[in-house]
Amino acid sequence: MHEHEPNDWKKYVIVLFITSTIFIGGIWISNYFNNKKLDQLKSIEDKISVDLMSSETQFSLLQELSCKDVSTNILSSELNSFAEKISYSENNIGTDNTNVVSLKKYYSLLEIKDYLLMKKIKERCGEKSIFILYFYKNDKCNDCTKQGYVLTSLREKYPNLRVYSFDYNLDLSAIKAMTSIYKVPDSLPALVINGKVYSGFQSVEEIEKTFPELESIKKPEEPAKKATTTTTTKTKVNIPVVTPVIDSVKTN
Amino acid sequence: MEGAYAVIFYVFSFLSVYVQIFFLVTFLEKRRHIVKNPKNLELLTYPTVTIAVPCYNEAETIGNTIKSLLALDYPKDKLTLLLIDDGSKDNTWKLLQEYDNGTNVRAFHKENGGKHTALNLALEKNTSEFFGCLDSDSLVHDQSLKRIMKYFEKDIRTMAVAPSIVVYDPNNILQSAQKIEYDMAIYTKKMLGFMGGIHVTPGPFSIFRKKVFDELGNYHKAHNTEDQEIALRMQEHGYKIDHCPDAFVYTNTPNSVMKLYRQRLRWIYGFIKNLIDYRRLLFRKKHGAVALFTLPSGIISILGVIFLSVTFVYNFVKFIYTKIIQIQTVGFSSLLQFNYKFDWFFINTKAVLFLTIILYILVITSVLIGRKMSTGKVTFSISIFYFIIIYSVIAPFWMLRAIYNAIISKESSWTFERRVAPKH
Repeated sequence: MHEHEPNDWKKYVIVLFITSTIFIGGIWISNYFNNKKLDQLKSIEDKISVDLMSSETQFSLLQELSCKDVSTNILSSELNSFAEKISYSENNIGTDNTNVVSLKKYYSLLEIKDYLLMKKIKERCGEKSIFILYFYKNDKCNDCTKQGYVLTSLREKYPNLRVYSFDYNLDLSAIKAMTSIYKVPDSLPALVINGKVYSGFQSVEEIEKTFPELESIKKPEEPAKKATTTTTTKTKVNIPVVTPVIDSVKTN
Repeated sequence: MEGAYAVIFYVFSFLSVYVQIFFLVTFLEKRRHIVKNPKNLELLTYPTVTIAVPCYNEAETIGNTIKSLLALDYPKDKLTLLLIDDGSKDNTWKLLQEYDNGTNVRAFHKENGGKHTALNLALEKNTSEFFGCLDSDSLVHDQSLKRIMKYFEKDIRTMAVAPSIVVYDPNNILQSAQKIEYDMAIYTKKMLGFMGGIHVTPGPFSIFRKKVFDELGNYHKAHNTEDQEIALRMQEHGYKIDHCPDAFVYTNTPNSVMKLYRQRLRWIYGFIKNLIDYRRLLFRKKHGAVALFTLPSGIISILGVIFLSVTFVYNFVKFIYTKIIQIQTVGFSSLLQFNYKFDWFFINTKAVLFLTIILYILVITSVLIGRKMSTGKVTFSISIFYFIIIYSVIAPFWMLRAIYNAIISKESSWTFERRVAPKH
């Protein structure tokens, strides 16, 4: 009678141990980098927060400044890149991750503050800005994806168009207040343009047709990149009161 | 959906890493036992050996196969060749007769009945203490037989010894990729040998003690993979199978994707069907490593490859779908707007990625150890990437088809594969 050699149980256990260690190591490295990213997001957020405060201060000082010195582009580029990073983190780290959720809430608050400030600047200085409040949800909303493309494309075309996007399902009282003020329905996507609610998907053409004034803020034919950089630099040079604040933040 | 996907992914990658680590630990533990035989290896005694060469329409290649057998460094009076023509339609039979010398090289002709019937005819004619076979698409190294016989001499319990199969003269990228796979198999096979978990005694030049067949019976049809079935039957009865890493057999490999697909379809189909036939072995500890390790890891690799490919296809379709939606919504020009700036933030840092990297590192390590065992040198080759890329793309097809065929029980014949003439 032939018999197998006895099973080497010890080895099965040792290999299980090594494999588990490697596995935990892999997950640990991933967490390490994800935390680094969250840290980076937090620091961007802090910077935006400081910038926003500067803008508010700047607005309070408006009486002492003339309108031509006020730029409306202070925050848009930062807010946009920040939004991209948050949306990437939602995919990469997870929509349920508490850090990601709290960053997103903070981002929404910054957006609302920016919106209120810009609205005031518009009233005070007669800026030709158009604001779009965009309400979406992450789950089961194909039209939201499409609406996202439309808004991105509109923003490319009209750099002075300010789009603020809000996750309808984010548990944040400020967003809830906005949705009740503007009577945003739960059939998403929904847009609030110049105070009026538009529910359901709106194509580029529809929005352009409803708001012929968009034409007046159309991007010049020159490359977009150049235009934005110049505005930002101009802002920093032209507003003496704000510049030191921003610079001191940067050097920190 | 996302959660279920993550769980399945983690389970498969954990098991795959486990399998690779198991090989690595075995290697580190036993590496001193991998003996390289000296050039002038001598045996204490030279037992009688019979090598059967089953052929079906192999007129182009059979000559070289027989010549390599005749050139084996083994006493001529101890070595018998049985050339079996399995009802070929070309002039194979005529060629075989030319080699028949009435003494130690004999040729037989029979009605076509499949490879196992040819081998069983050879078993009937066999009178030697040891029996092996050589597929007619392969050539043997002249020291291979002696090196294998040394294993039988060293351990009376060893009942079969498998050789190291090396890709003969790779001519294109596909064959170079297969060479990498075969090199890796030298390593894994030897490790399985140490563990007692070999589940295939390959058609080319595995040598058995005659009493294996006397005690366990002849070859079965076994879904055209009789070399898997006999190994499983031996494992079931606790017969020891070893592997001789420097007994080289050079085999011609499929030179086109279709030929490779057909070959692998047969292998994987055979594996699945034999696994079903021998399911009673699975996880039964008395059957040793084959039951606890080899067969389960075979199942994991088939399911894992299918899972990965389905994931890939799903993501690809999803990507294309969102692009189509994007074009429909805002026009084609939106795709052409690249204002991409490099930012390390957007580098993927999911755990999935790190685990995949770890798995690839382990696979490449296996390949390098295998190459060291086959050539004596650790050489990195670009073919490793060909192997990884080509197999990732095409392996899912034969695996899925094999599962489908196994469900509807559709067999492919061993003669279905056209064999390739070796170039000299």
